[in-house]
Amino acid sequence: MNHLVFLPVLVPLLAGALLLLVRRALPLTVRRRLNLVAVLVQVAVALALLLQVTDGTVLVYQLGDWPAPYGIVLVADRLSAWMVLLTAVLALFALLYAIRGSDAGSRHFQPLFQLQLFGLSGAFLTGDLFNLFVFFEVLLLASYGLLLHGGGAQRTRAGLHFVVVNLVGSTLFLFAAGTLYGVAGTLNMADLAGKLATLDPADLGLARTGALLLFVVFALKAALFPFYLWLPTAYAATSAPVAALFAVMTKVGVYAILRVQTLWFDDPEGSLAGLLDPWLLPLALVTMALGSLGALASTRLRIQIGYLVLVSLGLLLTAIALGERDSIAAGLYYLAHTTLATGAFYLLAEGIARRRGSAGERLIDAPAMPHAGQIGALFFIVAILVAGLPPFSGFLGKFMVLRAALDTPAMAWILAVVLLSGLLAIVALARSGSLLLLRATPSEGLPPGAPGRGELAPASALLAVCLGLTLWAAPLTDFTRATAEQLLTPTHYIEAVLGTDMEGAGR
Amino acid sequence: MEALISILIGVLTACGVYLVLRARTFPVVMGLTLLSYGVNLFLFATGRLTIGQPAVISAQAPGYADPLPQALVLTAIVISFAMTAFVIMLSLKARAELGNDHVDGHADEEEHS
Repeated sequence: MNHLVFLPVLVPLLAGALLLLVRRALPLTVRRRLNLVAVLVQVAVALALLLQVTDGTVLVYQLGDWPAPYGIVLVADRLSAWMVLLTAVLALFALLYAIRGSDAGSRHFQPLFQLQLFGLSGAFLTGDLFNLFVFFEVLLLASYGLLLHGGGAQRTRAGLHFVVVNLVGSTLFLFAAGTLYGVAGTLNMADLAGKLATLDPADLGLARTGALLLFVVFALKAALFPFYLWLPTAYAATSAPVAALFAVMTKVGVYAILRVQTLWFDDPEGSLAGLLDPWLLPLALVTMALGSLGALASTRLRIQIGYLVLVSLGLLLTAIALGERDSIAAGLYYLAHTTLATGAFYLLAEGIARRRGSAGERLIDAPAMPHAGQIGALFFIVAILVAGLPPFSGFLGKFMVLRAALDTPAMAWILAVVLLSGLLAIVALARSGSLLLLRATPSEGLPPGAPGRGELAPASALLAVCLGLTLWAAPLTDFTRATAEQLLTPTHYIEAVLGTDMEGAGR
Repeated sequence: MEALISILIGVLTACGVYLVLRARTFPVVMGLTLLSYGVNLFLFATGRLTIGQPAVISAQAPGYADPLPQALVLTAIVISFAMTAFVIMLSLKARAELGNDHVDGHADEEEHS
C-alpha cells in the first residue's frame, strides 16, 4: 500500500499534537518554527502526491488494511491531490503572516492551525461518507477556535452565529448520511455510486431525500444561496491569517458538491441521474448576483471581500453545474486562483486597516496611510484579480467558464449574471480603492502601532503565486482538463476503490 | 415499535428546530441538544429495528442487529457531546462580553457597526 496518501492527514495531526504538548514548554519562536516546518513538509508531501497521480492513477489507502467497502479508505485522485496542494500552499502564506505577531495572543493558535489542516486534508482525501462528516467536524472545531482567536465582542458574536449554523449543518449531515445508509446499506462513496444507480423504485423517494439533504449541507459549507448569510460577517470578524485560511474552507463544500455530482448524479442510466440539475445552476447564479450587490453596499472592506468571495463561489458552482469537461476544468483552475487571491486580499485588508488609525477597515475618509504607494499597487493588482479583469488568472478562469457556457441552453442567463456581477464587482472595488487611497486627507504622521513594510510580504508573495497561475496557465489547464475527464468517468475511481487489487493502483 | 420510534424522533427534532430558532442562547443550546438526540435515535433506526439480536457473530444466533449504525451513533454522541460543551462555553463568553444573552448580542437597541 502506498503510505504517501496517508501523510497529508498524518503530518498535521502529529504536528498539532506535538505543538499542543509543548505549548508551555517551548518559547514562541521555537513553536513558530516547528509549525512552519510542519507546513513546509505538508507542501512537499502534497507536491509528491500530486506528481504521483498526474498520470491518472487513483491511489487508494485502506486504513487498518480493511478491504473496502467495509473499512474506511482514503482516495487520492487528481482532484483530491490538487485540493490538498492548494490548502498547503495557502496555509504556508497564512502562517508566514501569522508568525509576524498575530498568533501571539493564545498558546493554542499553533496547534489549532495544524488541526484545521488535518481536517481539511482529511475531508479532501476520504472516500467514506461518514468519515467525511468526522473530518468536517475536525476542521469546524479547529475553525471555531481559530475564529475566536484574539477575542473581542464582535468576534464572539460572529463566532456564536458561525458555530450554531454549522452545528445545525452537522445534524443535517447525520440525517442525510443515515438516510443514505438506510437505503443503500453502505457509506463508502464509491460503493454508494453503484448502489444509488440501481435502486429499488420503492426506495427512490428516500434516497432522493437523503441526497438532497446532503446537498443542503454541502451548500451550507459552500455558502450557496440561501445559506450564505454567515460568511461575510464571520470572515470579517476574525483575524487576517485565519480569514485567509478560511478562504479554502468554503471550497470544501464546493469540492464535496463536485465529488458527489460526478460520482452519483452524472450517470444518465442511474436512478438518481440529474438530481441536482434543477437546483445547482439557479442557486449559483442567484448567489453571484446577491454577492455582487452586497459588495456594492458594504461599508467595511472585509465585509466587501466576504461578498466578493460569494461572487467567486457562484462562478465556481456555475462551472460545476454545467457539468461539461471544459467547464469543470475551468472551474478547477478558477478555484485555485480565487482561493489564493482571496487569501491575499484578507491579508492586505488587515495591513490597510492597521495603517488607518481609528478609521480601520471602514470605508470612510481617513488620513493617508504610510506606504500608500506599495499598498495602492497591491490593492490594484488584487482588485484586478478578484474582479476578473485581464490580463491575470481571474480573467482567464472566468473567460474559460464563459466559453464553456456558450453552447448550453442557459447561456443567456449565465452570460448576463456573470458579466453584470463582474461589472458591479469592479464598481465596488473602484469605490473602495479610491476611498482608501485617493481621497485620503493629509497624513497626520504614523498612527500608533502601524506595521512595517515587511508585513506586506506574505500578501505580495500570494499575489506572485497568482501571477504564476497566469504564466503557467497552459500546463495547469491541461492538468485541470485531465482532472475533469477523470471526474466524468468515475468508473476508474470506483474500480480502484472496490477492486481486489491490493496495491490500490488500479486505473 | 416503528411508529413509536418515528414519532419520538419527529417530536425531538421538531422541538429542537423550534428551540434553535429562539432568540436567546440558552434555548438555542437546548435545541441543538434535542436535535442531536433526535439524530442519534434516527441513526440507530437506519440499521432497522431488531430486538434481542447479537451484533457480533455467534454460533446459535437466529439473526443479527446491524453493528454499523451503533458505531456511527457512538461517534456522533462523542462529537455532539464535545460540540455542546463548546457551544455552552461560547454562550457564557458571549453573555459576559456582550452583556446579555441575545444571539445577536443586543437586547433592544439597533446594531451599531
